[in-house]
Amino acid sequence: MAEREPIVNDFQIMIATVNGSGSQTANTALLRAIFRMGVPVSGKNIFPSNIQGLPTWFTIRVSKDGYIARLDEYQALVAMNLQTASEDIEKLAPGGFCVFPEEWKIRQERDDITYYPVPVEALIDEAEVPSNLKSYIANMAYVGALATILNIDLDEIAFALDFHFGGKAKPINMNMGVVRAAYEWAQDNLAKSDPFAVQRMNGTEGMLLLDGNSASALGAVFGGVSFAAWYPITPSTSLIDALREYLSDLRTDPNTGNATYAVIQAEDEIGAAGMVVGAGWAGARAMTSTSGPGLSLMTEFAGLAYYAEVPVVIWDVQRMGPSTGLPTRTSQGDVLMAYFMGHGDTKHVVLFPHNIDEAFEFGWMAFDLAERLQTLVFVLSDLDLGMNLWMSKPFKYPDMPMDRGKVLTAEDLERLGHFGRYEDVDGDGIPYRTLPGTDHPLGAYFARGTGHNAQAVYSERPDDWVENMERLNRKFETARTLIPKPVVDRANSAEIGLIAYGTTDACVIEGRDLLREQGIETDYLRVRALPFENTTRDFIAAHDRLYVVENNTDGQMAKLLCMEFPDLAHRIRSLAHSDGLPLTARWMSQGLLEQEQ
Amino acid sequence: MGAVNLLGLKRNDYKGNPSSLCQGCGHNSISSQIIAVAYDMSLDQHRIIKMSGIGCSSKSPAYFLGKAHGFNGLHGRMPALATGATTVNTDLIAIGVSGDGDTGSIGLGQFKHMVRRNVPIVYIIENNGVYGLTKGQFSATADYGQELKYAGVNELPPIDICMEALVDNASFVARSFAGDPTQVRELLKAALSHRGTAVLDIISPCVTFNNHEASTKSYPYGKAHEEPLQDITYIPEYDPIIIEEMEPGQVQAVEMHDGSHVLLKKLDPTQHDPTDRLAAIRLLEEARQENQFITGLIYVDRNRPSLAETSHIISDPLAHLAEERLRPPKEALDKLMASLVCCD
Repeated sequence: MAEREPIVNDFQIMIATVNGSGSQTANTALLRAIFRMGVPVSGKNIFPSNIQGLPTWFTIRVSKDGYIARLDEYQALVAMNLQTASEDIEKLAPGGFCVFPEEWKIRQERDDITYYPVPVEALIDEAEVPSNLKSYIANMAYVGALATILNIDLDEIAFALDFHFGGKAKPINMNMGVVRAAYEWAQDNLAKSDPFAVQRMNGTEGMLLLDGNSASALGAVFGGVSFAAWYPITPSTSLIDALREYLSDLRTDPNTGNATYAVIQAEDEIGAAGMVVGAGWAGARAMTSTSGPGLSLMTEFAGLAYYAEVPVVIWDVQRMGPSTGLPTRTSQGDVLMAYFMGHGDTKHVVLFPHNIDEAFEFGWMAFDLAERLQTLVFVLSDLDLGMNLWMSKPFKYPDMPMDRGKVLTAEDLERLGHFGRYEDVDGDGIPYRTLPGTDHPLGAYFARGTGHNAQAVYSERPDDWVENMERLNRKFETARTLIPKPVVDRANSAEIGLIAYGTTDACVIEGRDLLREQGIETDYLRVRALPFENTTRDFIAAHDRLYVVENNTDGQMAKLLCMEFPDLAHRIRSLAHSDGLPLTARWMSQGLLEQEQ
Repeated sequence: MGAVNLLGLKRNDYKGNPSSLCQGCGHNSISSQIIAVAYDMSLDQHRIIKMSGIGCSSKSPAYFLGKAHGFNGLHGRMPALATGATTVNTDLIAIGVSGDGDTGSIGLGQFKHMVRRNVPIVYIIENNGVYGLTKGQFSATADYGQELKYAGVNELPPIDICMEALVDNASFVARSFAGDPTQVRELLKAALSHRGTAVLDIISPCVTFNNHEASTKSYPYGKAHEEPLQDITYIPEYDPIIIEEMEPGQVQAVEMHDGSHVLLKKLDPTQHDPTDRLAAIRLLEEARQENQFITGLIYVDRNRPSLAETSHIISDPLAHLAEERLRPPKEALDKLMASLVCCD
């Protein structure tokens, strides 16, 4: 053992592998085992747009303080990809350690890190594993070695594998055999000289681990989704995969065995968007899920849904753009696109979940908002939230009944004796609608994307056009009062305010603590939805300088705030960065300090 | 008083707003036949949805069945809207009206995928080979070598919408001519009785931009070159007509999904079997080579399941399910959460 002060539950592990080598089982087993030891963790899969062969990295942050943002540096490295090994070792933080296959004969050039060669091939040869599974199971060797080095409980690794394989004894035993063999080899042969360790604590009790796309899908299921259409695209595909799985479990009619929902794989995103608009018009709770390039294709239907006033929910699991961009890397680059999607004067309600709990909540709430407002509602997630595992407290069951909005039945029509599809009866800009199939002579109307009057009849009259657009704007004002309010955390700082949204929250929470260590207090407002409302205006007005922290190149939310609050624009500063990776607290605090000077 | 149908409605009750299309437009004639057929079949308008894309043709659903819901959507995207709407409410009867630009160009992909899925809809193409609203460009169905004042000479071969439908395994393909109201009516009745996508390509001359002798989509050409495949008599199931045994080879009955029948009287001695897909393709190709268009029921497959059937959904409309059938109970969420929570 080294003389150095031990560093317990506060470091980041980087696991470098080759895509397609099956390291995901090993990585999530490690993550889950540490989680089960009560230590807060977060894992991020940084993977290529490729099926097999390109480099993949998985980071596991272990944080006794509960920080879940990515760290810039890593203190523990598992180098399982020869192609990237030298660069991976070069970036290892001083004082860190590196586990690698002994047979690679890597030159041990750095004297400020510890090298732990592990005889991966020999361990696998000795294990009772079918030859076709050997390269896959090789990943379990580093799990066992890390268990020794970091003092991770083997029983918890066994539990994690049991969870992963759904209790199937054969794969559990096969994998666990290699873990144990590597663990024992390391116990006998590795002389620990690094300071890092995992120690049991009480930081995760009652919490769960789930990926954001599953949480989003589950939210939609408990929001009563009855129709989904989609086209495969990374990183949103697993949202629909999860949706289909949950729906099949929870929404099969017990009497007939048939589905109380339909999920259709469309020919493209134009088709997917059109199907959900058709279904929403007919009265279903309809959704699709996509990412940037698919969003571009959905643009014409977004305009139609806005103007014909059809309730629809679109999930956008954001990835890197412009264009095809980086399909497997995260960003918050679709904010302006989603908000204004469509030609002419179009604008939409946009929700920004920051964690999986909120992804679940917005998953069901989005349908209530869409039907109440009779409009398209976007939920902007991102690859980081959608495809990584996150800790959370259990999700809360919806605390209000489903809001189906202003729908007139045949009985209502009989009582009212009158129906005008786009009349503003209540003064809130939200008209009443009927559904196809309503058995009443007054029930029908002609939905259209062309100019129309309050009776939904085609009109080219200037006054009809203006009245309709003014009503749509009134409806947007009503939307401001119905969408989730921002979350504000004040620290009695009159000077500096921070504004962030979505997954950027993680780096802001930690970054504020880093700034506090430097004597800088900040207040924080987390935007949860567009359009803005008065809380955001008041927050900006109450601070001298506002830093808008976001994961895109152009500072899109900062631009939007300047546009919506032009009288306060001089206070707003952009703190934006996009390189494909989740933002870090160090980047955020340093960036702010630089602008402060 | 005037005549009424089984619902006690007059023919005028099936009208829509006055047409804003050109006088003499073939589309207006088709609208009239839709009104006549809906009246004859005593269709309940509240069960009907009228779907359309963009173009002259797509405006026409405003001009018929005024008490039915309608959706005038986006250019070439009516199939997607209809797919969503008919899937979530299988009680609805969808009548779609599209044009040759809408179906043959911008919406060809959606059209073919709708046909492939067998979405339950009567899908009418009011085909005039020209873009009317933008003043006379060629569409993808325009004739090879055709001349237009605006567009010059068409150097490209036409897309045959019926052929496109056939190669996508369409379950109902028919062609007619707007100037032959009797045949349009009978084919409409047959299409309305079909369970999946019923493609009805109706040559509908544009009086303003494409009605001269050189065009195959003109009245003069249509009248001169129309080759009716069969004389069709539609027999609705609520008024069965007993037909005496027919002369073999002269009459063929095709049973529709709702139990009604279409009787096909062969005019052509080289009899066409509308259940023979290969024969249907050959028929269209031969007609193309001879520069003719075939009218009548070209192909029908009454056994192909519709999208609702292949989706294995319940028979109650998904769009009208109550909250207790949409939102799983709290216990379901609690159970799922318990299975994920650390540390048992």
